[in-house]
Amino acid sequence: MGTLNYRVVIFAFAFIFGVVFSIPSLTQSDSGKKITLGLDLQGGLHMLLSVKTEVALESKLKSIGTSLKYILEDEDIVFDDLKIDSDKVSFEVLDEDEIPKVDKILAKEFKGIVVTKKGTHYELSLSEKMAKETEKHAIDQAVDTIRTRLNMFGLAEPTVAKQGEDKILVEVPGVKTAEDEQRIRALIAKAAHLQMMAVDEDRANRVYSMTQAEAQSYGDIILPDVSEKDKKYLLYSIPILDGSMLTDAKVGYEQKTNRPLINFSLDGQGSKIFGDFTEKSVGKRMAVVLDDEVYTAPNIVQRIGGGKVQITGNFTPQEANDIAIALRSGSLLAPVQVEEKRSVGPSLGADNIKASSIALVVGFVLVIIFMVLYYGMAGVISNVALIANLFLLLAIMSLAGATLTLPGMAGIVLTVGMAVDANVIINERIRELLHQGSSVSKAIEQGYNNAFTAIWDANVTTLIAAVVLFAYGTGPIKGFALTMSIGILASMLTAILGTHGIYQWLLPKIDKNRLDFWFGIEQEKGAK
Amino acid sequence: MEIFRPDQPIIGFMKNAKKVGAFSLLMILASIVLIATKGLNYGIDFAGGTIVQVKYEGKAPIDKVRERLSTVKEYEGATVTFFGSDSEIAIRTKSTTKSVDSDVSDQMRKILEGTGKFKIRGVDMVGPAVGDELRTQGLMAMVLSIIGILIYISFRFEWRFALASVIALIHDVTIATGALALTQIDVNLPILAAILTILGYSLNDTVIVFDRIREGIRTIKSTNLGDVIDESVTRTLSRTTLTSLTTFFVVLTLYLFGGEALKGFSFTLLVGVVVGTYSSIFVASPILMWLNFSIEEFRANEAAKAKREKEKEKMRAMYEQGTM
Repeated sequence: MGTLNYRVVIFAFAFIFGVVFSIPSLTQSDSGKKITLGLDLQGGLHMLLSVKTEVALESKLKSIGTSLKYILEDEDIVFDDLKIDSDKVSFEVLDEDEIPKVDKILAKEFKGIVVTKKGTHYELSLSEKMAKETEKHAIDQAVDTIRTRLNMFGLAEPTVAKQGEDKILVEVPGVKTAEDEQRIRALIAKAAHLQMMAVDEDRANRVYSMTQAEAQSYGDIILPDVSEKDKKYLLYSIPILDGSMLTDAKVGYEQKTNRPLINFSLDGQGSKIFGDFTEKSVGKRMAVVLDDEVYTAPNIVQRIGGGKVQITGNFTPQEANDIAIALRSGSLLAPVQVEEKRSVGPSLGADNIKASSIALVVGFVLVIIFMVLYYGMAGVISNVALIANLFLLLAIMSLAGATLTLPGMAGIVLTVGMAVDANVIINERIRELLHQGSSVSKAIEQGYNNAFTAIWDANVTTLIAAVVLFAYGTGPIKGFALTMSIGILASMLTAILGTHGIYQWLLPKIDKNRLDFWFGIEQEKGAK
Repeated sequence: MEIFRPDQPIIGFMKNAKKVGAFSLLMILASIVLIATKGLNYGIDFAGGTIVQVKYEGKAPIDKVRERLSTVKEYEGATVTFFGSDSEIAIRTKSTTKSVDSDVSDQMRKILEGTGKFKIRGVDMVGPAVGDELRTQGLMAMVLSIIGILIYISFRFEWRFALASVIALIHDVTIATGALALTQIDVNLPILAAILTILGYSLNDTVIVFDRIREGIRTIKSTNLGDVIDESVTRTLSRTTLTSLTTFFVVLTLYLFGGEALKGFSFTLLVGVVVGTYSSIFVASPILMWLNFSIEEFRANEAAKAKREKEKEKMRAMYEQGTM
């Protein structure tokens, strides 16, 4: 054997590096960095959500209306006709003398609000800048809220991320059953919009004959009961307080019946508002409303201080638990909608792994056998490079924590077919030179030289296509482009540098009378 | 083993260039007609819609499923087909749902209740807006990679080489797309990936032939481009066939063993590998001839390009020193 040259040493290092760092992925051991399996291989739920930001704008106006009402009442200003529409809040000041006071309050407490005034009639709407901010906030808040909910739910490594300007990507690996999936979706979708609303006792007895429009004209809203769908309540549409003042929510159990219920606590401001309201409204009813359904509407017996409230209802323990999670994580400012959903059951994922692995092994074996049959030892050397290439590809993906998808597997299979290309080009050049009568060492050196530009240009063009695909592809397609790109880069090292080194190392052993064995050249006809 | 020997007599490819060109033109026309008349069968990734994959214990009661679905208004026009085996079916429908907590799979489970013991194994749903976005992105990817490659080859060779390789490329992609129209395979994201791979693969092949022609222009004495091309193509024939064979093998195994999910993808690649190999031998080079490529001019330019050559030498030297 010849002396060790730098090429073969680098190649050996690359090979060892590849084997060592691909072991954690191949054995699926717990230690070391591993390749993550994509949702299409391990099973899971992938959703692309959009946010109905217009609802966020409406509820922003609503909360402006709520605090306006509270402040005006607090300042003893007499007003009437406070209405909240989808694009504005309007009210009438009854005492003209109080207009300067109202203006002062508006300027101080409601920044970023456009106020239009006609005599004693006021209209408040959102400025463009504020509307944009509200929309952006709604999306960011939805991302945070959904992430918190999924984390609290206790699933392994869910991904929740903003995609583009206004979309949310949700990926939940390892969802076992359809029931689990539905529960996760329900949890994501839950607006968890909690409101304490006063019952309009003056008109409450007319609720069953009243239309929603009529209720609206009184500043009321009709909401159904959560369990008895026929039961309705007439409530003041402006809530006493909402879930933003909630600090905690926990599942508890009723002492007598042992039915699950939800206890929640209010923050300081919430407790005060709640205490004040209950003090004023003894004898009236107050409804606990979650997502526009009335859960309970008890009579207020006395002032309730301390900010502790309970929701009862016909919950299963599971439901109570999910509602508590949703309440704790805060409400969604705006509802989310599904734009894209891909759900892969664990058995389908396992099938995908099996099928693509079989294809990989069969393709790999075919190529290896073919190379040995056609090129003899030169084929064996190419195969060593090919094996190194595969390990290197796995190692790089493991270290980068890359995700392997089904198209990614296809990319690896394809790499096997295309990575030998460099060696085919080189071997053909060497054969050509040997036929022309070059010595073995000259044929090898010259062959590598001649082949280099072709391999370089060809790989760069393929790489350009792969990189563009990576930049513009989504999800699984990115995986395909990634494995292709890494495969091409790794093949430059193994197939060009690596095999070159091996030839130089073996050179003294190569018998020029046995070119059939070494290079697969048919001697009887070929050797001149 | 040797299929094409290095001292193999030169094959007169360019003599028959016109006949081959006519054949290619015919294939392209046929593809365009197919695409125009039958059209591509856009799958849900691009057209929007839902696919629900259901596996039954035992044989799937496909007729019963069809009957059940026909009674539900939203799923009129839904198609039900076996998927991979006779215990598994795929239900395809144009309808999508926006609601997060109750979607097509939930509705489907209710509709199919009582048709047998089944499991919903997978659901893919793409809303129409997302489909449009994916289509635009796909087209962008295609155009951008063609431009990128065009620039690179112009830089490394000459504009006529670049143009010829891109024409060969369009030839390949058109015929592969024609095959998709003919077979009415669902065109989804993986198919786009396959088309882009064909793009890279076809160029890869063409570039290697062109590299040999570029070398031939310098080393072969004849100034007749046809002769130079014939000799260069003959000399690369062995490599072209071999690499195509190994790639063909692996894509074929992917097609046969890779499972239903990769069928369309690997089929497109199979067509692409065959067409790409054909075009790099028979299409790209004659176009170079028809573009009035002149050897004398190229040689004159070569002298001017000596600077660039030096760069290449440097690259080679870098490789020699092992810094690459």
